[in-house]
Amino acid sequence: MAEVPEPTHRRRSHAGTRDLERYAGLFAERTSVMRSSAMRDLMAITARPEVISLAGGLPDTSTFPPQSFAAQMTRIAQESAAKALQYGPTEGFEETKDCILEVMGAEGMLPDPDDIIVTTGGQQAIDLVCKTLIDPGDVVICEAPTYPGAIPTLCSYQADVVQVECDEDGMQVEALEQLLADLRGEGRRPKFIYSVPSFQNPAGVTMSLERRRRLVELARDQELLVVEDNPYGLLRYGGEPMPPLYQLDGGDFVIYLGTFSKILSPGIRLGWAVAPPPVMEKIVLGKQAADLCTSTLTQYFVREYFAERRWRRYVDDLVEIYRKRRDTMVEALRANFPAEATWTEPEGGLFIWATLPDYIDTSDLLAKALRADVAFVPGQAAYVDGRGSHSMRLNFSGVNEDEIREGVRRIGKVIAEQVDLYGALTGEQQLPEPREESAPNVVPFRKAGEA
Amino acid sequence: MKVAVLKGGRSLERGVSLRSGARVEDALERLGHEVLPIDVGADLVKRLVAERPDVAFVAMHGVGGEDGTVQELLEILGIPFTGPNAAACARCMDKVQAKDAIELAGLPTPHWFAFNQTAFREFGAADALGRLEETLGFPLVVKPSRGGSSLGVRFARSAGEVPQALVSAFSYDDRVLLERFVDGRELAVSVLGDEPLPVVEAILLEGDRYDFEARYEIGRTRFACPAELSAEEERAVTEAALGTYRALGCTGFARIDVILGDEGPWLLEANAIPGLTDTSLLPQAAEAAGLSFEQLVEKILDLALKPAAA
Repeated sequence: MAEVPEPTHRRRSHAGTRDLERYAGLFAERTSVMRSSAMRDLMAITARPEVISLAGGLPDTSTFPPQSFAAQMTRIAQESAAKALQYGPTEGFEETKDCILEVMGAEGMLPDPDDIIVTTGGQQAIDLVCKTLIDPGDVVICEAPTYPGAIPTLCSYQADVVQVECDEDGMQVEALEQLLADLRGEGRRPKFIYSVPSFQNPAGVTMSLERRRRLVELARDQELLVVEDNPYGLLRYGGEPMPPLYQLDGGDFVIYLGTFSKILSPGIRLGWAVAPPPVMEKIVLGKQAADLCTSTLTQYFVREYFAERRWRRYVDDLVEIYRKRRDTMVEALRANFPAEATWTEPEGGLFIWATLPDYIDTSDLLAKALRADVAFVPGQAAYVDGRGSHSMRLNFSGVNEDEIREGVRRIGKVIAEQVDLYGALTGEQQLPEPREESAPNVVPFRKAGEA
Repeated sequence: MKVAVLKGGRSLERGVSLRSGARVEDALERLGHEVLPIDVGADLVKRLVAERPDVAFVAMHGVGGEDGTVQELLEILGIPFTGPNAAACARCMDKVQAKDAIELAGLPTPHWFAFNQTAFREFGAADALGRLEETLGFPLVVKPSRGGSSLGVRFARSAGEVPQALVSAFSYDDRVLLERFVDGRELAVSVLGDEPLPVVEAILLEGDRYDFEARYEIGRTRFACPAELSAEEERAVTEAALGTYRALGCTGFARIDVILGDEGPWLLEANAIPGLTDTSLLPQAAEAAGLSFEQLVEKILDLALKPAAA
């Protein structure tokens, strides 16, 4: 047998890769907008095991039955090993698209399979859309607040991101119309409007039917693209289902992004995009350049899993679990947050957005919260311009009910200390009173048109 | 030589510390030393006793690693370590203590007042704020007494902004200081052993000069090293920094932050364990003095082992 040389170093064997100065001159212009900040350093320490993290966006994968996982993987190994270990088509397998059609069908959408591409998670779908559409300096419109994970993607393509305020009915489409008119006045046309219309990350709000219709109409009239990101649509815990923008539009001006992450597993990294054929053609070329194809192994897994015909039941199970967790968090917020705080009560999804009195900066609060072993996402992460500093995103799907109660109690305690201190500093007695059950503070955003 | 690199820990600057530590480990390996990386936690003493390193390289920032806590342990265990001793670290970490020492040494530091939370919560210190504001004027700077980077540092442009700034600063420490704002060029003088290294100037490229975050972001601040100073300015700045270094009892190394105003240099604070990452100021200053990162690390080790010879 041939001798295998012993590795000589724990890390790289060559010297000096950390010496930035040797490489800095080679960096692309776009890396200068990939900023690191003190807040990011703070987020890095939320991973300590003793910290109850309400900061993540993690679905609960512990309820997925291991026997089912084992059976599917065994079947793949026995029946399709060679194919499952091989490259696949860039667009994804037809069988995967059949599963996607089922998922989209469950929300009333019926796209042409040729308009679908299977991607490495929903995040790649966002990246590919940006890669296809954005030149440096192009305007992209998104919600305020917006999905924090979209910001680095938009910035790395050097988009000029403009955010439109949300209220409890989602993006204020009236404000969007005004913005579009203003941009037109400057001779600028946005490349696309990015929206998470259902159970928005991070705000938890859902766009009203009226606004959905108006948004789709605007897109048609002005020939604008809307990128609808809908990872949570099937995770509804109350209220009536809302038609996706894609369904209202029929797929002419809406590019649709979906994912298996929240209804099955984020670990399999399977998402998709649906786009009109000319756009899809470019997206496919972009995907080819990025990674040739999405993991064939996990596509086989999804195919086997869907063949069991119980995926809807699993989603129903998740809905039951998450509904209880949402209720627990809302209850804990009422019991522990001060009277001046407001928060959303989402009808689905994974997140609650809480807004504190404007003298509390949630990045500073996070430093205090971490000492109390609890974490959340400071609101600034959801804005490109430093706003959001009085808000926070709280996740209720990734931790159990006891942890939610304890986590919110800890955050409530550090907030109470700051409220108390501010009261002492300003001479106003703002001592936090335990909230009355009858006074839920559920409206975090101003309704459009209100003073 | 067997060198333990102490890094990480639980401080808010854990991230920077891990980057500093990793870079030091690389350099030590290239220098041929046996490296023992330790992410500082509950087993620190046990590991140090078991592994018996010849010297400890402290690459920690913030509370726990830069405030004398780890240094005290190393002193008890009799393990030589890099950077200032426990007492000097404690003085540097606490800006109030540091400013006291600087002032006592007859060196100029912007006028300030310090408060702990109890003063506001129990003794109605808010009523004294008006008076302070008269003395210090606006804008004024509110800082947590102990804390690193820009965390919790806020400008207050008017009396109305003071309470909110205090709430932010108190998120990081139970004691805060309100300091008169002095305008001028922002300089940092790193001292190695007893020798000042070339002065570094931080030049804000974009954004609000009251935005402290910007100073720590690549692309928003440019660093000039050596700073363009007249011979007289350089002498004044360097002497003030050296005086501060001595007043605080520093040995090994430290970085002194200075504002150069029209009236001359103002001493702001000293960092007992300045960052050693690829964008940090001490390595930049060393390089301007002709020292590679390896040479800098070797020199720091020498100073730890032969403090008398330094």
